[in-house]
Amino acid sequence: MERNPKTNRPLPNPDTQQLFKGLLLGTAGLVLVVLVLLGTVAFLTLYEGSSDSVETADIESKLNNEPFSGEVVDGKDVVTGLVVGEGFEIVRTTCTGCHSSAIILQNRFTREGWKEKIVWMQQTQGLWDLGENEPAILDYLAAHYAPEAPKGRRMPLKDIEWYELEN
Amino acid sequence: MAKPGKNQLSKAKQSPNPRRTFLRKSILTTLSAVLGAEIVHAATMPKGYVPVIFSQEPDPMKGKSPEMIVRSDRPWNVEARPHQLDDAVTPFEHIFIRNNGLIPENIDAANWTLTIGGESVNQEKTYRLADLKKNFKPYTYRLVLECGGNGRAGFYPPTAGNQWEEGAVFCSEWTGVRLRDVLQDVGIKSDAVYIGYYGVDKHLNGDASKPVISRGVPIAKAMQEETLLAWSLNGQDIPLAHGYPLRLVCGGWPASTSGKWVNKLVVRNKEHDGAKMTGDSYRVPKKPVAPGDTVPDEDMAIIESMPVKSLITFPKTGAMFSRSKKLNVRGHAWAGEFEVTEVQVSVDFGATWKTCALKKAANRLAWQQWSTELSFSQPGYYEIWAKATDSQGISQPMVIPGWNPKGYLNNACHRIAVKVS
Repeated sequence: MERNPKTNRPLPNPDTQQLFKGLLLGTAGLVLVVLVLLGTVAFLTLYEGSSDSVETADIESKLNNEPFSGEVVDGKDVVTGLVVGEGFEIVRTTCTGCHSSAIILQNRFTREGWKEKIVWMQQTQGLWDLGENEPAILDYLAAHYAPEAPKGRRMPLKDIEWYELEN
Repeated sequence: MAKPGKNQLSKAKQSPNPRRTFLRKSILTTLSAVLGAEIVHAATMPKGYVPVIFSQEPDPMKGKSPEMIVRSDRPWNVEARPHQLDDAVTPFEHIFIRNNGLIPENIDAANWTLTIGGESVNQEKTYRLADLKKNFKPYTYRLVLECGGNGRAGFYPPTAGNQWEEGAVFCSEWTGVRLRDVLQDVGIKSDAVYIGYYGVDKHLNGDASKPVISRGVPIAKAMQEETLLAWSLNGQDIPLAHGYPLRLVCGGWPASTSGKWVNKLVVRNKEHDGAKMTGDSYRVPKKPVAPGDTVPDEDMAIIESMPVKSLITFPKTGAMFSRSKKLNVRGHAWAGEFEVTEVQVSVDFGATWKTCALKKAANRLAWQQWSTELSFSQPGYYEIWAKATDSQGISQPMVIPGWNPKGYLNNACHRIAVKVS
């Protein structure tokens, strides 16, 4: 009978060894699968913030999932015209799924003003609870699309394209 | 203009770890539905996934002048430049587009019906479009339709919505039946005070059950001769973006009262309370307010007739010419329910005014053409300002009129710049 040189115990026969190895592998495999699943659940819960009653599929369908092309001119995303900066990605994804970015670009509000627009969209347009993204969105909008000071009741005409008047 | 490199936005900023992002994506794609996690971040979305709301909306710019200004493409909101509105009858290519929702697809005009119901009809009745054309006398009118928010860009503090400048207005020729003839055929009760419309446009968020906009007018406006259920614009089928195959047309009032793609009308025994009739939509303060004031809903009143206004449609702003030239200047003027009685122009910022030739309207609620000839003795920069006065003696203000929370009814004088050499 073969013995383990260190312990001096008899070694199990090769068949038993094979079986043991198989069992061990199987168990390890199962444990791994369970761990991966648990990890995924934990990951999603922790990183994305699990939510109470949001209809996920519904929101998914309303996000702008077209990938950001990355082309930026004068600090603005070429596709949407939005200023690229802190919060840009969230704004692009959340807002331009339902409406054109032009609606943002042509308006100017304070942070409170933008918050009112979000509330209005939530009350009347089916916008979901933005959760932790809301402050980021408001920061972005207030930073880049704030009211500009007026210079008079009728400001000087601008961007005139001069041309020779024929006839 | 120098184009910066493709990846101006640093990778690190976009996602700290592309591989992790990919993993997150894959995991979320398969598990998000099961786990009900709130997914509100772009990086979590699979590439090439096409959300419902990106489904094909008909392109309303087909046939429009490329010079039109697109204020928004979802929903579509597009305005003309003043010089594009030079024709007495605005052609399709220069008609502004105002949408609150998505333009409907697959309109079946051959089987189109209009149902007229509501508390104040004797009994609900449904007409096929073909019946309307066959059984009622058609009329044709030129009618001014102007967005209630035309000129919104001029207000400060800024107000929410499309930042229209001058071009959300047009006057085209509408053919259809008088709404009053149809209402009389339906039979309406004596307690009728308002009508409301419903159309088949879709909500931006894709929710088909929600009406996008359902406005209307008091029964007196509905019964006017010029209030039409129209199927034709400038002698053709109404273009899709403008309401094909049937549109309610209420000239002289905010264009939002002229419901597009109409398939239902309600005759109400109270003010219609459809979408965008209530709250602060298409309403202005009953009493003047300071710029930026918050106005409670109960202190707001529905806009009815649009105010007196005019446009300089020739020359286009920016004209340069010699002082030997006599400059022809022309445009249109309109005043909602009223007639324009005078149009004046000034080249000295309102210090002196010159009265222009002014034509009568082709019919009530059509815009009127004005013209004049100007000479300049000194070379230099000039602005030409136009000012119309209506039959009530009310003129356009040169400064921006009273601020209101939604930025409606800016009828300040239009002006153009010219240089004389």
